[in-house]
Amino acid sequence: MMITVTVNGQAHTRDVEPRMLLVHFLRDELRLTGTHWGCDTSNCGVCVVHLDGTPVKSCSVLAVMADGHEVTTVEGLERDGELDTVQKGFVECHGLQCGFCTPGMMLTARWLLDRDPDPSEAEIREAISGQLCRCTGYENIVRSVRWAAESEAAS
Amino acid sequence: MQVPARFEYERASSVGHALMLLERLGPEARVVAGGHSLIPMMKLRLAQPEALVDINDLAELSHLAVEGDELVVGALVRHARLLADAEAGRLFPILHDAERVIADPVVRNRGTVGGSLCQADPSEDLSAAFSALRATAVIQGPGGARTVPIREFHTGPYETAVEPGELLTELRVPIRPGSGSAYQKVERRVGDWPVAAAGAVLVIHDGVIAEAGIGLTAVGAAHFAAPEAEESLIGQVPGEEAYARAGALAAAHCEPQSDQRGPADYKRHLVGELVRRALARAAERAGRGGLR
Repeated sequence: MMITVTVNGQAHTRDVEPRMLLVHFLRDELRLTGTHWGCDTSNCGVCVVHLDGTPVKSCSVLAVMADGHEVTTVEGLERDGELDTVQKGFVECHGLQCGFCTPGMMLTARWLLDRDPDPSEAEIREAISGQLCRCTGYENIVRSVRWAAESEAAS
Repeated sequence: MQVPARFEYERASSVGHALMLLERLGPEARVVAGGHSLIPMMKLRLAQPEALVDINDLAELSHLAVEGDELVVGALVRHARLLADAEAGRLFPILHDAERVIADPVVRNRGTVGGSLCQADPSEDLSAAFSALRATAVIQGPGGARTVPIREFHTGPYETAVEPGELLTELRVPIRPGSGSAYQKVERRVGDWPVAAAGAVLVIHDGVIAEAGIGLTAVGAAHFAAPEAEESLIGQVPGEEAYARAGALAAAHCEPQSDQRGPADYKRHLVGELVRRALARAAERAGRGGLR
């Protein structure tokens, strides 16, 4: 069926099977491979994107369910060639090792900071508790998000 | 790559439209909302519906408000919204206790209250919480709405009273002055299904227990309830002795199965302990005057 999904501000119309998952629509149809695809069972959280501004696991959403809706992927975090503060935080604090969980982590972090500009370490850990870092690099992920919070507070 | 088998997809624009679609598509059609249980099951071919009716656009099912002496929870209310709702948490702390330990925050952004109940997984937390609260389910069908007490809603594992062509639209939870409630869960790791869990609701009048509701999760309790334990509490003075007796009765009457989450005797032990703790916490909350 024909669907139109607005991804990172741009409308994309495609003819897809109802069974196509949003994660595969983004990666295979739109070639936005920043969204990773991991466990396929809504456990690992590497496929997190924003659907109408809210983080969801795109392996458990059908592309047709996003018809007429807005999706933001990691590619949509930077603005006018400048990285989002959360992305800068991951650079500054070595928030990634292998990078597999990073897009999802950053999208959840962006959503958290938009709702709570000064989250505690415990609140950050709670927010990302549905996302796994296979390098177990959680300490630096939390530091990266704190760096972004402090950086935004100072600006 | 896990992908569901082929199916037809329709998006409903109103409850009436959803019912029409369900009638047209027949008994092998399924309603999808959050999809975080159904879609993974479809990938594994544990479920293979011929058609999906997407109800995510039905704002009329997203209400969450006190109406008269009931809290009304629309079937499409997301877990995250119920958890963030201060009034729901004040009236029924058991719902917030349970929501806090359901999956993880991102899954809770998408999953719905109605979907959790209709999935009817024996390990699902809200089923026991609503059972303890003696909520009422409202089901819409072609002939209009009908109400089903929550303890008649679940008819077996993955089976509910919702017939083909019908739609769960809301849960209604009676507000009881003098009540307190709590939910206690033991899980292998954060966000997992419970090894065992227990919910408790107590109404305390003039220093004695006037009403008691106990819900049990993942331990083979019929209708997620523990009626023998509830009966033992009526007319008793709230206290450790009464809670321990109720816990022992609940443990004796449930039917846990040994599986990858633990042996049956360990689960039975957990039931006794978690019922005791949930009752103590519920009584403490009732005593604190959380709800008058």
